[in-house]
Amino acid sequence: MNLFSIVEEIEKIDPEFNDRISPRRDAIKNITSFGSKVAVAAIPFALGNLFKKAYGQSASASVISVLNFALTLEILEASFYNNGINASGLVTDTSYITQIQSDENKHVAFLTSAISAAGGTPVTASDFVYLDFTGGSGSMDGPFSGVFTNYQTFLAVAETFEDTGVRAYKGQAPNLLGNQTYLTAALDIHAVEARHASAIRYLRSTKYGATVLPWITSTSGSNDISGAASNDTGIAAVNANYGGATPENTATQGNVDILTLPSATQTTTTVSVATAAFDEPLTMAEVLAILVPAFTKPIG
Amino acid sequence: MKTETDLTNVNVNMARRSFLRYAGAGVAGIGLLSAASSCHKDHNVAPTADVTDVGSGDIGILNFAYALEQLEAAFYLQVIATPYSSMPSIELAYLTDIRDHEVCHREFFKAALSTSAIKGLTPDFSKIDFTSRTAVLGAAKAFEDLGVTAYDGIAYNIQNAAYLSIAGSIVSVEARHAALIGNLITQGNFVSSDQIDANGLNISNKPSVVLAGANVYLKTKVSANSFS
Repeated sequence: MNLFSIVEEIEKIDPEFNDRISPRRDAIKNITSFGSKVAVAAIPFALGNLFKKAYGQSASASVISVLNFALTLEILEASFYNNGINASGLVTDTSYITQIQSDENKHVAFLTSAISAAGGTPVTASDFVYLDFTGGSGSMDGPFSGVFTNYQTFLAVAETFEDTGVRAYKGQAPNLLGNQTYLTAALDIHAVEARHASAIRYLRSTKYGATVLPWITSTSGSNDISGAASNDTGIAAVNANYGGATPENTATQGNVDILTLPSATQTTTTVSVATAAFDEPLTMAEVLAILVPAFTKPIG
Repeated sequence: MKTETDLTNVNVNMARRSFLRYAGAGVAGIGLLSAASSCHKDHNVAPTADVTDVGSGDIGILNFAYALEQLEAAFYLQVIATPYSSMPSIELAYLTDIRDHEVCHREFFKAALSTSAIKGLTPDFSKIDFTSRTAVLGAAKAFEDLGVTAYDGIAYNIQNAAYLSIAGSIVSVEARHAALIGNLITQGNFVSSDQIDANGLNISNKPSVVLAGANVYLKTKVSANSFS
């Protein structure tokens, strides 16, 4: 990234940019001097902050709301893994779970900073009346009541959270269309959530005998909004996490009927391949309906 | 110039036609780009017959993805056609699934792009020893990681929300593949340290960086001159 050419480009459009940003210009020039201590991905946000100060503008309310939605999910996930790691004797695959725990906590920190830098107010854990990972609407005795005592239940809930996280980020991408900074960051987190989902599925399958693959594989190619045809976790209570207006078993992408395409060995494509080769989005409303009130409830 | 009425008279698959109509894009854009790029006097590189440019705009991005999916599909077709020695059945099953997904992605872009698609590319896997598990899984990880960074890196250029959604639908599957291959190489290495930054974000790459990596394995070189 060439920061100096970016400044030049802005000066072409806004000749007063130099005056507006002064004395911040020195800060830009000096960015390389602290580059070794600042993560590369943090620089666009540091720069965004300079832009905001220079122009007195901030990210749009809709972008802030997308980021806060993402932060809400990350707080849930980070708390879930923190609780799991802290539960004595629960986690046996420590290298897997601590990696995911670390990533989710970094996502919380990153989104919190990004929202503040963009002029928004980040949500915090204290903005929730409860976090109930048993899915019990605050009773702490829901369908997953053994979540922090039974490791298999913990992994099953983890799988659902990761798959749902992937779908949630995907659903917000169109709301960040063309936004280099925030769309790219959101997709970069989205990819990490997909890596987590793959890993949890791999663990459940290879170590604990669950009949899941690293990718979501549906049993039917005709849109099932209930999610039953796509929920391969073995837990019927989370069907909705795999359903929705664009369910995971969607077999038509961009008006192309995937089932009619040639495959590696046949003239058509099977349902399992057609559905596993594409993940589908959930809307913000769908995600919130899945999480609220079973797992959490916002204040107010 | 084609109008929408003209398009409806072309005897092509209905699904393909309506897909392209999302963007209001046509074949003309690619020709325009070639003409424009030849005007850059300061980039005095003689046009090479064996370089295929993906074009510009959303069609260019779809062709960029199509090029990468062609490469991945060709790789896994070879992996399954000539499995490394003593390939465990679970690895055969996983790699067959991934082959099928990549072929599916390739065929999807081919169908969606229809007459706007770039040509079929010829791979060059002479640097990969397909008899070696280490070599095959190492190359698979490189391809999957590269694919993730490619979609994430080019996505902000996409103008049409429907295309962006489809790119999102594919990239998370590539990330699932990448994580699995990472685990097959080293248990627990599903987010390798060279693919993630200090903020817990997957890295992304510009098309030029992606293609520099991909072209190593392509006889038919690919460029994306309109995406810096």
